[in-house]
Amino acid sequence: MEKEYWRWPESRWTAPDIDWKSGDIISAGVDVGSVSSQAVVMVDGQLFCYSNIRTGSDSPESAQKAMDKALEETGSTLKDVHYTVGTGYGRVNVPFADRAITEIACHARGANFMYGPSIRTILDMGGQDCKAIHCDNKGKVTNFLMNDKCAAGTGRGMEVFADLLSIPIEEMGSLSFKVEEEPEPVSSTCVVFAKSEAVGLLRKGWPKEKVLAAYSSAMAHRVVELLERIGIEKEFAVTGGIAKNEGVVKRIEAELSIKALEPQHDTQIAGALGGALFAKALVEKQRGLR
Amino acid sequence: MRVSGIDCGAKFVKALILDDDKILAKGSAASGFDQKASAQEALGKALKEAGFSMEELEHITATGTGKEEAAFAQTTVTEVGANAKAMSALHPSVRTVIDVGAEEGRAIRIDDKGKVVDFAINEKCAAGAGTFTETMARALEIKVEEIGPLSLKSQKAVPMNAQCAVFAESEVVSLIHAKHSKEDIARAVHDAIADRIASLSRKIGLEKDVALVGGVARNVGFVDSLKRDLQLDLLIPEDPEYSCALGAAYVALEKAKGG
Amino acid sequence: MLANYGYKNGSGDYFITIDTDKCDGCGNCVPACPFGVLEVGEDENDPFREEPVAKVSEFHRKKIKYSCAPCKPMKKRKPLPCMNVCSPGAIAHSW
Repeated sequence: MEKEYWRWPESRWTAPDIDWKSGDIISAGVDVGSVSSQAVVMVDGQLFCYSNIRTGSDSPESAQKAMDKALEETGSTLKDVHYTVGTGYGRVNVPFADRAITEIACHARGANFMYGPSIRTILDMGGQDCKAIHCDNKGKVTNFLMNDKCAAGTGRGMEVFADLLSIPIEEMGSLSFKVEEEPEPVSSTCVVFAKSEAVGLLRKGWPKEKVLAAYSSAMAHRVVELLERIGIEKEFAVTGGIAKNEGVVKRIEAELSIKALEPQHDTQIAGALGGALFAKALVEKQRGLR
Repeated sequence: MRVSGIDCGAKFVKALILDDDKILAKGSAASGFDQKASAQEALGKALKEAGFSMEELEHITATGTGKEEAAFAQTTVTEVGANAKAMSALHPSVRTVIDVGAEEGRAIRIDDKGKVVDFAINEKCAAGAGTFTETMARALEIKVEEIGPLSLKSQKAVPMNAQCAVFAESEVVSLIHAKHSKEDIARAVHDAIADRIASLSRKIGLEKDVALVGGVARNVGFVDSLKRDLQLDLLIPEDPEYSCALGAAYVALEKAKGG
Repeated sequence: MLANYGYKNGSGDYFITIDTDKCDGCGNCVPACPFGVLEVGEDENDPFREEPVAKVSEFHRKKIKYSCAPCKPMKKRKPLPCMNVCSPGAIAHSW
């Protein structure tokens, strides 16, 4: 079998100092995306554990796998969770979820927790979509747009280039800076046309790092254009899989002349985290606490 | 009077030689990395067929996305203008010209004198052009020439949701996994692109007769889907991919006559 | 909230923006649209909102450039029916 350069590693994390047994509300969020799925479990509003896995062909199964992986080694099971919110593209396919909430609402809420209440603009670059979200100091959405129609500016576009250039996806960010001079961005927005343009550049003798730099800046430019539709307010953060690609993030920062906040956790968990926060609020509502 | 029209398209360069309004020869070459050379090659082939040299041509007019690359051309014309010229000359009853090439789709409305009344172009997005079917053929693991005839054998319509060629590729793969026949998937592909081309055409106010030109007009599956979507018959000229080149040649003829 | 439905592709920006703070969920826009682009229902992006809100149907979100095309001829464009019937002025088109 050919090497699959686009494949990225799965991961999980547990907070070192939380005793879930003494927790009052155990809430969870599961984000089933088109490419990756995450599960986040919180104990009384504190981040307890999370996982990040690849979505398989079956959404309910992926949701279950993400949850199992998050809870692995924590001593707790799904039965201990009081309320689960499903989110993401496959949100209605989370069999154990009590409610489904859109990823737009969840991302804003999750980013508010991850980056603090000063966060106003979130750019979420997922596997098959790209979202620009504005929120208030409580993480409530005030303006958003989502592009899930076109592959340009999504992780999928980067995967196409990982395969074309035979570069493992995790190395694409750093390799894109191994150029003497920043080349002109690839001119086509459309991924299909950008790919044929790149083939032409390779034939012309461009090293693959240079082609990668040209595509990374085209991608950055593309999402900046999308962001400009709703405007950029400080503070600003990038979430989703592409947030891990410094080649794109640094170019976005350069184009916007704004620094993105540094993430403390996996940038892909924002949606599931927001789901877990909504789950907690919904339990409080049920119990008449809010 | 001998003239030539040359269409530097995204995938192929097409050259056509006219002696007054008689088509003498045609030639095409794949648009390579060096389009100047491709243009030279296409014209070279046409000249060889016609049996004379470039010096004997009174005028050369270029069109197509790479028209600036045809350095030997004296004048240029847009694809919209060239198509209008060609179709009004070939089929004077035509009021709408739909041109679907490898990377662009366009719809042009012309009056009884061949003057352009309105036009709309779908560019820079592979979903609305020939590249779409090509990419889908690859996902179906069949040759691009096969996808059209295959689609005609379809038994039922399968909806296709993706509007992007990249996403549609994965949708095709999941349709294969869901055990849909290749015939039905091929038709879904053509219905999807025909839907986009049809709405582009409706946008300019579709008026009969309607001609379909461009390389994609050779794809019988697409033609079938487009006819069904528009619910009318389409006039397809012989060698539809040469429509732009022919239009450019007519422009060259006018220039040569001092028009 | 400004909910922008639609997309941007190589050929341009195609968004319908619903100002959910202005929208009162009256639903007049739903039958006004000849192509069923709009619908009224729960606010998917605000889990705590109780009132219904207008939105672009899932089916049309990725193709509104094409869905809305008949109401947007190149020449002699009339006011858009959806915007015409929206008294709070909650609907806007980007193209």
